[in-house]
Amino acid sequence: MSPIAPTLASVDSPGPTVRAGQPESRAQALLLDLGRGLRRLLRNPLTVSGVVVIAALLLVALFAPWIATHDPLLQNLSGALRPPSAAHWFGTDEFGRDIFSRLVFGARITLYIVTLVTVVVGPIGLAVGVTSGYFGGWVDTTFMRITDIFISFPSLVLALAFVAALGPGLDHAVIAIALTAWPPIARLARAETLTLRKADFIVVAQLQGASSLRILLRHIVPLCLSSVVVRLTMNMATIILTAAGLGFLGLGAQAPLPEWGAMISEGRRYMMDSWWMVATPGAAILLVSLAFNLLGDGLYDVLDPRSE
Amino acid sequence: MSATSISAPLPRRPGLRARQIRLLGQRLFSVLLTLLGLLLLTFMIGRVMPLDPVLSIVGPDADRSTYEQVYRQLGLDRPLVVQFGYYLRDLLHGDFGNALLTGHPVTEDLARVLPATIELATLAIIVGTLLGVPLGVFAATQRGRIGDHAVRLVSLLGHSTPIFWFGMMGLLVFYAWLGWAGGAGRVDLAYDGLVKPMTGFLLLDSALAGEWEVLGSALKHVTLPACILGLHSMAYISRMTRSFMLSQLSQEYILTARVKGLPERTVIWRHAFRNILVQLLTIVALAYGGLLEGAVLIETVFGWPGFGQYLTSSLLLGDMNAVMGSVLVVGVVFVALNLLSDALYQVFDPRTRQ
Amino acid sequence: MNTSLPRLHVEDLDVGFDVGGAVVNVVRGVSFKLSREKLGIVGESGSGKSTVGRTLLRMHPRSARITARTLAFDGVDLLTASERTMRSIRGRRMSMIMQDPKYSLNPVMCIGEQIAEAYLAHHPATRAEVTQRVLDMLESVHIRDSQRVYKLYPHEVSGGMGQRIMIAMMLIQQPEIVIADEPTSALDVSVRLQVLAVLDELVTQRGLGLIFISHDLNLVRHFCDRVLVMYGGRVVEEIAAADLDRAEHPYTRGLLDALPSIDRRRATLPVLRRDPAWLTA
Repeated sequence: MSPIAPTLASVDSPGPTVRAGQPESRAQALLLDLGRGLRRLLRNPLTVSGVVVIAALLLVALFAPWIATHDPLLQNLSGALRPPSAAHWFGTDEFGRDIFSRLVFGARITLYIVTLVTVVVGPIGLAVGVTSGYFGGWVDTTFMRITDIFISFPSLVLALAFVAALGPGLDHAVIAIALTAWPPIARLARAETLTLRKADFIVVAQLQGASSLRILLRHIVPLCLSSVVVRLTMNMATIILTAAGLGFLGLGAQAPLPEWGAMISEGRRYMMDSWWMVATPGAAILLVSLAFNLLGDGLYDVLDPRSE
Repeated sequence: MSATSISAPLPRRPGLRARQIRLLGQRLFSVLLTLLGLLLLTFMIGRVMPLDPVLSIVGPDADRSTYEQVYRQLGLDRPLVVQFGYYLRDLLHGDFGNALLTGHPVTEDLARVLPATIELATLAIIVGTLLGVPLGVFAATQRGRIGDHAVRLVSLLGHSTPIFWFGMMGLLVFYAWLGWAGGAGRVDLAYDGLVKPMTGFLLLDSALAGEWEVLGSALKHVTLPACILGLHSMAYISRMTRSFMLSQLSQEYILTARVKGLPERTVIWRHAFRNILVQLLTIVALAYGGLLEGAVLIETVFGWPGFGQYLTSSLLLGDMNAVMGSVLVVGVVFVALNLLSDALYQVFDPRTRQ
Repeated sequence: MNTSLPRLHVEDLDVGFDVGGAVVNVVRGVSFKLSREKLGIVGESGSGKSTVGRTLLRMHPRSARITARTLAFDGVDLLTASERTMRSIRGRRMSMIMQDPKYSLNPVMCIGEQIAEAYLAHHPATRAEVTQRVLDMLESVHIRDSQRVYKLYPHEVSGGMGQRIMIAMMLIQQPEIVIADEPTSALDVSVRLQVLAVLDELVTQRGLGLIFISHDLNLVRHFCDRVLVMYGGRVVEEIAAADLDRAEHPYTRGLLDALPSIDRRRATLPVLRRDPAWLTA
């Protein structure tokens, strides 16, 4: 006579999955996942190089006064437009200022812009997108309209418009860039929320009487987080490029601040004979932007469910 | 088990055409609303600007009465809403106002500068597509291997390079050092203004006029900025192509094609690639729009008398009419490209053709 | 029935997947022979049955590690055969029918073109010849109005028709062995038997060898001549379909016991009780 009730021994099918030790708590499961994710992330040499460059950027920005060889603002007109040498590793600009030191301090400005914009845009974009997607209705429609306006426009031009309106300056540039950077994040969060909103486990939570805020914070936001983080990381590269573009057009950080884009703009007049004035700041922008893109790419590979 | 259950194909849904038209109408309405919002936003920005448009016209030495005259002429004494209303009314009559810089109507200015940018952008997108699509397909077939990583790296490099710097480096190497490319501007100074603008596309105009030397010079000048812009969009196109191909290559019908014993080349191009064609067209259309951003910066670097430069100088000058006209153009172009890519989907994908 | 020599000889087949360093074994020591008969491979999800099918055609993902004492088709060693050889075998001599025509047919190619392509892959012919062959093939799978169906797209046909199109596509090249990987699992129950009937007719008519992979024991026992029961990557039972009631392995017995029966009154269906020893047997 076959048994009627299943035994506890093995109710599930013993498929070909590898069963390591089971995590005991939610926190432990999260840590295990993070560890596994980190290992996968670091297995890609391109991602690792990206991380290395970003770490270098952080260090350079942090220890700028010690790393720079000269005062970035110190002028020395007799030593102007000198090519790279032992005394001045990257040469001097039209006022005799050491370009290497200016680059080093420029790293601080770059980091300032990227961090500020991301820290502002991330939470706001997430909050707006998730709320709009979850509650729907006229809130959602209005929101869609507003972001449509921003998205249907190239971000550089819009940022240009904002800075032109506010007046040139580093902080105004940051505001302008932030204003153009939040809509895509919000739309992404909204898209994710829309798919999650219909999920059964959300319905269960609602039936259990969970408040909307609780559902949003405890269920929806954590699930949107990974794609938003990836997008933010990739955005950092765009932010750097936009800031450099604004600086190039003279609308970002004003002289004598050593912002990389502005340095290229200043060096443009002397470019044909003094190529080092333009080459090095641009290379720096490229390197840092590339690093953020590599990191974002690597993150995307790790978090993308379709990857092999 | 009726004969119709498995023998007959699925019935066509009635009223599909009518529904599609209605959807299109809704789309258009939504688009108009967006454009309106865009104009409103720009209008607001314009009024917030620290530059005084009246001063730009009358100059800093004008006396009070002249100032007030111009002030009233420009309609600046009316409430904001009314001002916007006037602007919209003029817009519908095709009057975009006059530009401060040139004194000409904005529409004339735009007609002059847009072809230059379109010429540049079109060449650039051709470069970008011809390079980007094969690279993307190649990367997808080499997934995870060195070829894939190499293409990804190149694509990321293109994506991460500040385009204005890239342009400057290009000028330095290919113009100053090697002398292969032309310098700034659309043609050498000697040929400037020689060819009468008929279409506005210098390459076409000079060919039509038979001015071969001008054509040669124009080609030399357009190649470098077009390639630079093209490389920039190549990054995006190759990345998207790779992504689309990968998504197709993991589908069941690819397995079927292989099981049929088809050579791999056929599987990739006749099966997988054919399935992404529609998506690719969409991407190219969007990339075309994205080139506008690059154009703004590249035109400054190359002294290209196009729309990008016009927009930038208008913004810096606070020339509101020119700015708003330009914004409208940009908005319309972007929106049109978006609609176009959607329409392409409808037309070319057999699944939506019923 | 089985009167000829074995065409397919599989002995001690092991398939593992390289998952980030560790190798996960999916198929362990599977052995069987096939000639002109209908062999069913039955197992639950994860038993490795689909993998066996794909491995025969060398259609596995890059991460697969395959070893076997023998893996031969009519003398051709499938393990060491070059990709070129495999391509000449695929479709022409051994083909596979997939599970869901919604996904396994190319959505942007019309049906006739896809079937024609299958034929042209190994037989050069003129356009008119191929078209006629395709129409004939469509008729042989009982699709009336073949002219119209030729021009349709996969999303315009129902599941049952799509699967018959798949059968037509895979049989037009006149292979000797057909692997059917869950050919009816994606179909409505009412349509399943119809499609199976078409398959049965063609297989018998042409004297093909058929490997029928399924999770449905009941379906397989009535359709196939022999049955291979797989569990956890191993073959736990190999038995003639007619003799299934006398199966010896407890897993097979458990499966049979769990089948509802129209002539036996049962208050509760027993749930299969798994013995971890089966994984190592």
